[in-house]
Amino acid sequence: MSGVTDFLTSFLPGFLLALAVIAASAVVFPFLMRRVWGFMCDRLGPNRVGPQGLLQPFADGLKLFVKEDVTPSQAHKYLFLIAPAVALITPMLTQVVIPFSDNYTIANLNIGLIYLVAVGAFSVLGILIAGWASNNKYSLVGGLRAAAQMISYEIPLILNIVLVALLTGSLSLNMIVGAQETVWFGVVQPLAFIIYIIAGVAELNRTPFDLPEAESELVSGYNTEYGGMRFAFFAALIEWGNVTVWAMAGSTLFLGGWRGPLFNSPLWLAVKVGIITLVIIWFFSTFPRLQIDQLMSFAWKVLIPLSLLNVAVTSGFILLWPENFFLPTAIFSWSSIALFIILFPSVIRKVLLRNRLRLLATRKMTTVISGTGKGGIRS
Amino acid sequence: MTSDYTYSYLAVVAMSLLDIVFVVGILGVSRLVQRRHIYPEKLTPYECGIPPVGDSRAPFAVRYYIFALLFVIFDVEAVFLFPWALVFRTLGGTGFVEMMIFFAVLLVGLIYAWGKGALEWV
Repeated sequence: MSGVTDFLTSFLPGFLLALAVIAASAVVFPFLMRRVWGFMCDRLGPNRVGPQGLLQPFADGLKLFVKEDVTPSQAHKYLFLIAPAVALITPMLTQVVIPFSDNYTIANLNIGLIYLVAVGAFSVLGILIAGWASNNKYSLVGGLRAAAQMISYEIPLILNIVLVALLTGSLSLNMIVGAQETVWFGVVQPLAFIIYIIAGVAELNRTPFDLPEAESELVSGYNTEYGGMRFAFFAALIEWGNVTVWAMAGSTLFLGGWRGPLFNSPLWLAVKVGIITLVIIWFFSTFPRLQIDQLMSFAWKVLIPLSLLNVAVTSGFILLWPENFFLPTAIFSWSSIALFIILFPSVIRKVLLRNRLRLLATRKMTTVISGTGKGGIRS
Repeated sequence: MTSDYTYSYLAVVAMSLLDIVFVVGILGVSRLVQRRHIYPEKLTPYECGIPPVGDSRAPFAVRYYIFALLFVIFDVEAVFLFPWALVFRTLGGTGFVEMMIFFAVLLVGLIYAWGKGALEWV
């Protein structure tokens, strides 16, 4: 038996499928974003190339493909080259464990959830390598910010993925989809789903958490030095591939994956991914960018304690009612969301006011002491 | 075939290798069709058009290290949590109490860091 050819014939379709998902997301979503964002801002968006501007992403891709590929003389040559490949590992490899239908997964690992978290961490590495290897101050600061933000928001993300494992008692994504036959986990545990969305948006560096790419201060953040096809890798394939794969994981964990009303098919997965992506685009055109201190304290002071509490309470419910813990969990989760919505605005207003007053007081003091109100360079 | 244990992991390894081949290959093909005109100024680090000032490997804020340290603690916790979540139903009350003690230790650590001002950015 020729094992190698056997392996290749069964593996290559999966590889091509993964590539197709990434490529499709890199073509569809940037265009969709610009167009929907345009409509949300009451303008047209790109509508010149082809009918309704549908050929715009291809025009962009072709343009970037024939652009000159420059490696800055001071950049670390090999790391600069390898950074897009390392960052592309995340969207390529995470979808390996996502079930597309009841009998098709590219590689059905029985530790799917841990694998999802572990491979998901590669995107931080890619961005950090890109930022450091470029040897540019904007890139370095952008890479560091991305690293700080992504590792901070990874913890609530992981805690809520653990919650799904707790509800199912399995790490296999097929089993998780199977467990959502009667009711989606997004309905049982909406708190976990919302934290997953918020932490994911931060993890993907999208608005309102797009500080690593804050174009008004950092040009383009970690990919400032990248041009031509390498920029296309970062801006289209990696960013939107990550969004797609994160939305795929989210819909598998919380929205029942390929299961849907009337019929079960991979089409439902695509629909759910599209809806989650539209929500991100909606965020993009709605929210202004956060300050970095607000960003970090939101992760560490709100999301992490809340996720820990959620895991503790849900495990308690599973212990108390091993058979039907869905109802108490859902009651707890929905009521805590309601409580959060009622309490959060007044609490955050008080906290922000206190911080502002404290900052003002220290600024007055430094002005008195040193004669200037300005600090050093802060990143 | 897809449920085969070794196959799954081999597929993951092959996927990561093919990923690098894909990126380098596309960049290589793009290199063949592009027009190249390189001069020294084009290769300097981008700093909004002015000549670059100082070293780019500049020191950066110590905050990043503190958050990285905190992250390591919580990431280790995540490593504990996954197997616990998996066998939670067989462990029963003991597992619950043990994990709550672990959570309490973690929360004390978080509150300590909070009180010390490690979570303040500026």
